[in-house]
Amino acid sequence: MKVTFPHMGNTYICAKALMDDFGIDYVIPPFNSKKTLEIGTKYAPELACLPLKINIGNFVQAHRQGADTMIITGGCGPCRFGYYSEMNREILKDIGCELDVIALEWPDQGLPEFLRRVKKLTGGLNVVKISRVLKDVTQIAKMMDDFERLSFRVRPREVHKGDTDRIYKAFLNKVLKTAGSSEIKKLIRDATSELLSIDMDRDFVPLKVGIVGEIYTTIDPFTNNNIASKLGNMGIEVDRQVTVSGWIIEHIIKNALHLPRDLRYAEAARPYLGTMIGGHAQETLGHTVLYAKEGYDGVIQVYPLTCMPEIVAESILPAVERDYDISVLTLIIDEMTGEAGYDTRIEAFVDLLKRRRERKNVGEATVLFGN
Amino acid sequence: MPKTVGIPRGLFFYEYYPLWKRFFEELGAQVILSEPTSKQILDAGVKSCVDEACLPLKVFHGHVLNLVGKVDYLFIPRLTSVSKNEYICPKIGGLPDMIKHTLQGLPRIIDTEINLRKSSSNAYKAAYEIGMNFSSNSTEIRKAYKKALQSHEAHKEKLKSGILPDEIFSKKSARIHPKKELTLDIAVIGHAYNLFDSYVSMEMLAKLRKNNINIHTIDMVDESDINQMHKALRKRMFWNFGRRAVGSALHFLGREGMDGVIYVMSFGCGVDSFVCDMVERRIRQNSDIPFIVLTLDEHSGEAGMDTRLEAFIDMIRWRKLNESNIPAYG
Repeated sequence: MKVTFPHMGNTYICAKALMDDFGIDYVIPPFNSKKTLEIGTKYAPELACLPLKINIGNFVQAHRQGADTMIITGGCGPCRFGYYSEMNREILKDIGCELDVIALEWPDQGLPEFLRRVKKLTGGLNVVKISRVLKDVTQIAKMMDDFERLSFRVRPREVHKGDTDRIYKAFLNKVLKTAGSSEIKKLIRDATSELLSIDMDRDFVPLKVGIVGEIYTTIDPFTNNNIASKLGNMGIEVDRQVTVSGWIIEHIIKNALHLPRDLRYAEAARPYLGTMIGGHAQETLGHTVLYAKEGYDGVIQVYPLTCMPEIVAESILPAVERDYDISVLTLIIDEMTGEAGYDTRIEAFVDLLKRRRERKNVGEATVLFGN
Repeated sequence: MPKTVGIPRGLFFYEYYPLWKRFFEELGAQVILSEPTSKQILDAGVKSCVDEACLPLKVFHGHVLNLVGKVDYLFIPRLTSVSKNEYICPKIGGLPDMIKHTLQGLPRIIDTEINLRKSSSNAYKAAYEIGMNFSSNSTEIRKAYKKALQSHEAHKEKLKSGILPDEIFSKKSARIHPKKELTLDIAVIGHAYNLFDSYVSMEMLAKLRKNNINIHTIDMVDESDINQMHKALRKRMFWNFGRRAVGSALHFLGREGMDGVIYVMSFGCGVDSFVCDMVERRIRQNSDIPFIVLTLDEHSGEAGMDTRLEAFIDMIRWRKLNESNIPAYG
């Protein structure tokens, strides 16, 4: 059995740690690229959302490298993601690149089927080992997200432009050569201290922008055209609350153990969207409200074309904009998105935020001047 | 003066109107419907709704605008789920919020959540909550609810026997008058709000009937047949429509004498994008029945749609009359 999994930003680091620790044979699919998307677009339904297309591309490319089994998580709606495992299976079967599917989700058939899947993957049901590995992987997810968050803060303040990106890329290169969670943890710690030691302009007060939206497109840098680093290099501090570790801890672990979850965002979203409607619509609205309250300058919503929950959020966001006086830019991504048009809109939005801050500082009496 | 309740002629209107109407009328309220979908209604909806939303949502926005100023209450329930363990669609779940935050000057909205995912007894709870707007007498509400359910059952029976919602509501029947031409049996699969809105579907069903075609829709298939066929999927669909569409498509496949399948979807429909693909794959794998997908959006032109329909029908007719299984080249 040679296992593979779809890419989503840096999640491959967690997946790698998991499989290294269990001693599973695996293939990391080639990183998301135009080629991946091209393959996916060719075989996936035209109106499917972008993440499915990229997943299909990942699996086809991994299959070429010898993978025969895929792991994928799932759910039971109402967002389309819950049906990804079946769509993947059907599409790949029809194009003759058959992969066995291990869906890590609660199956209709209940616990025995779930245990069968876990056993198939890990080769046994050693509870102690499984819980130790899961703990390590959760820690890595958490450390990775902290590392990323740190890079969001360092990037706009760095004195020598490009330092952060250089360290970040070097780290990503090194990760592929390590094995096991302890080595990966050490590597993250090293990279974190390296990041902290670069020259920073500590008096600089950057504009602050929050990124909200659908989880895949906000997390995956290929899909969102590297929006976090792009904004960072323009001297803007970004923040993103929806993270992989957040998803694992809040969504899976706390739900399974019936622990109280951090639901501040739901509380904040309540006046705008009363109930959970699937996907991340509530998070999008709630976090926008919270960002506005924390004094952020703007919010960027990113989502793939035809994403159902985010369309609801998008249509309600203008009300939040009005009530809290915060600027929101919505970017919708599909396989036709061109980088130049995308960049122009981000730049225009940043210019707008700069003007708004100037106005706030100087007062309404600003005049356009010429000479 | 009775209180007036406005019901927009969109989305779940086609399935639940008799139920809602009876319920409100039993409680002494007057039901006012928006006008049938027209260019004005669609344009008003398109203007007020976000671009990315699907056609039925835009149409629904238009119908809501059509009722503004005419009614005391607007009935836009939050339909999260209408069957056990199944959802409808995230957009429909968030619909009341979308309406409230995009349109201005609305009357009071009744947006009670209807969620039968965990237990079907929630339906009465929702009805009770809605009824409280019009009556404080719980026996009266329960009675109204029961009568409404009877109307709903009668409506479902009519749909099942092949009468279209338009004919039910206008009390006119438009049976086909057999002509000399060959009669065909074609399954038309799609959301009720796309198929049965004659403006949105550009009178597709009427046109098919005029061409001597017996139409078979999802509503005409037994629930037990649907569930039986749906078992062919490895993972059950968690959308009510998805289960019914896949189940009935497979049922039609197994039925003798089915000549073709038309799948009608609206552009940008998340549920359809997966369900349609699933249906198409199954049909292509298991049979040689002609299959066509027609996608609707606010830019659809009637001429283009007609051409494709006619071509599809002609193809089936030629195939039935002339196919000899002899290759055309020699």
